[in-house]
Amino acid sequence: MTTARIALMVNGEKISAEVPARLNLADFVRDQLGLTGTHVGCEHGVCGACTMRVNGEIIRSCLTLAVQADGCAVETIEGLSDSGEIADLQAAFRERNALQCGYCTPGMLITAQDLLLKHADPERTEIREHLSGNYCRCTGYHAIVDAVERTAKARQRRP
Amino acid sequence: MKAPAFSYMRAESVEHALELLSRHGDAAKILSGGQSLLPALNLRLAAPAILIDIGRLDELRGIDLRDNVVTIGALTRHVDLLASEEILSSLPLLRQAAAHVAHPAIRNRGTIGGNLAHADPASEFPACMLALDARMVIRREDGERRVDARDFFRGIYETALEPCELLVAIEIPRPQSGSRTYFHEFVRRSGDYAMTGLAALAHLDGAQFADLRLSYFAIGDRPYLARATSHLVGVAITGERIAEAQAALDAELDPPDDQQASAAMRRHFARLLLSRCVANVLERPELAMEAVT
Ligand SMILES: Cc1cc2nc3c(=O)[nH]c(=O)nc-3n(C[C@H](O)[C@H](O)[C@H](O)COP(=O)(O)OP(=O)(O)OC[C@H]3O[C@@H](n4cnc5c(N)ncnc54)[C@H](O)[C@@H]3O)c2cc1C
Ligand code: FES
Ligand code: FES
Repeated sequence: MTTARIALMVNGEKISAEVPARLNLADFVRDQLGLTGTHVGCEHGVCGACTMRVNGEIIRSCLTLAVQADGCAVETIEGLSDSGEIADLQAAFRERNALQCGYCTPGMLITAQDLLLKHADPERTEIREHLSGNYCRCTGYHAIVDAVERTAKARQRRP
Repeated sequence: MKAPAFSYMRAESVEHALELLSRHGDAAKILSGGQSLLPALNLRLAAPAILIDIGRLDELRGIDLRDNVVTIGALTRHVDLLASEEILSSLPLLRQAAAHVAHPAIRNRGTIGGNLAHADPASEFPACMLALDARMVIRREDGERRVDARDFFRGIYETALEPCELLVAIEIPRPQSGSRTYFHEFVRRSGDYAMTGLAALAHLDGAQFADLRLSYFAIGDRPYLARATSHLVGVAITGERIAEAQAALDAELDPPDDQQASAAMRRHFARLLLSRCVANVLERPELAMEAVT
């Protein structure tokens, strides 16, 4: 079959669609669902701009076929943003100037949130390690690491 | 770029996958985690007519320790290896290596079977398989065979697998207790493929090596077990012995010159890894200093 019918959850909404087998998940959400917050940089796994969550785990959506996501729960930056899950992280990015052009930002936010869910109080080297697969061509990373660190500290102070 | 068009088939069982493979042979490719295959398709370096997705075959997943052999299902992901208590206690070398394979989002999908079948010469796991004397369990429609790691890797992206065959598991003898491991790689960015790296397994007899397996990667067209260790086994280790072994290593290596690193740089890394490994395993840091090249 060069096309397939898939049914999946995207940001909590049931979606059913007919997709070409070769279509990747990034192009599926961008072109068929109009969710353009997921960015496409390199299309071979190197830059991290296309990072999403599938069944709670971060993945490269340029290296995942839409048919492979059949039956899965997919969360894009729109989902994480609209639910308020990362509102504090987004605010910290803004305050610390952790974005300039913003191309890498959706992937950075999702990857950073993945770390913070696993390690409430990461060292700076752990932050750098977890973000090592995400390229930023503007900021020099320092401000991004600061914003993630600040968010971690602020979350720990929360009752 | 975008992948070329292909047909997609989801295998319902291992038998089904094997049947599809024998029916379509060369025209088909197995899809596991897709973390090497999809980049190749997107870059149009490969254009198979059919992808056979085995990603949902839970029977190929998991880590099992029995009779001192660790069996790892082909679909076990890099992240599963990192999280496994069995791997940590029985095969610490594999756990050390897994932390250097790609980045978190890629480790969530990439599988050990796909990694070994892909056989990138700069990849960490193939070198570990050689150091650990692993065996590949390979199935085809009409049977099963086992191939030792040293016969499995045949060249750049080349293995002993036939087009109709599936790598289903890896069997690794658990190293005897008291064995030591060392893992290090030189990379430009954490998680990238190495410029040169070393996975090593050692058995000590007092202050001497009873056995030492130095398995290098990104040093040739496949992982490479150094012969120069013969200068180090069963003798009192001094800076001179290490220098001898480094010279022997230099003579037996023939590293490539490419955009990742020059041949001379790789030789330098290889010598350095040898002395650091020996110093680290013997817990004699001064040896690494004496033997600087
Ligand atoms: C940005 C980036 C960085 C990376 N860095 C590293 C790194 O530093 N070190 C490293 O080792 N790897 C690295 N990788 C590759 C990664 O480890 C892959 O997960 C792995 O090489 C392939 O596993 P997979 O399950 O994704 O296989 P797939 O991509 O699905 O398959 C790879 C190949 O193996 C074949 N195949 C898959 N499974 C089987 C099977 N069971 N039997 C027979 N054939 C099979 C496929 O047909 C295909 O030809 C990187 C990848 C990316 C995108
Ligand atoms: S677009 Fe997916 S990693 Fe670059
Ligand atoms: S802000 Fe421009 S790439 Fe990161």
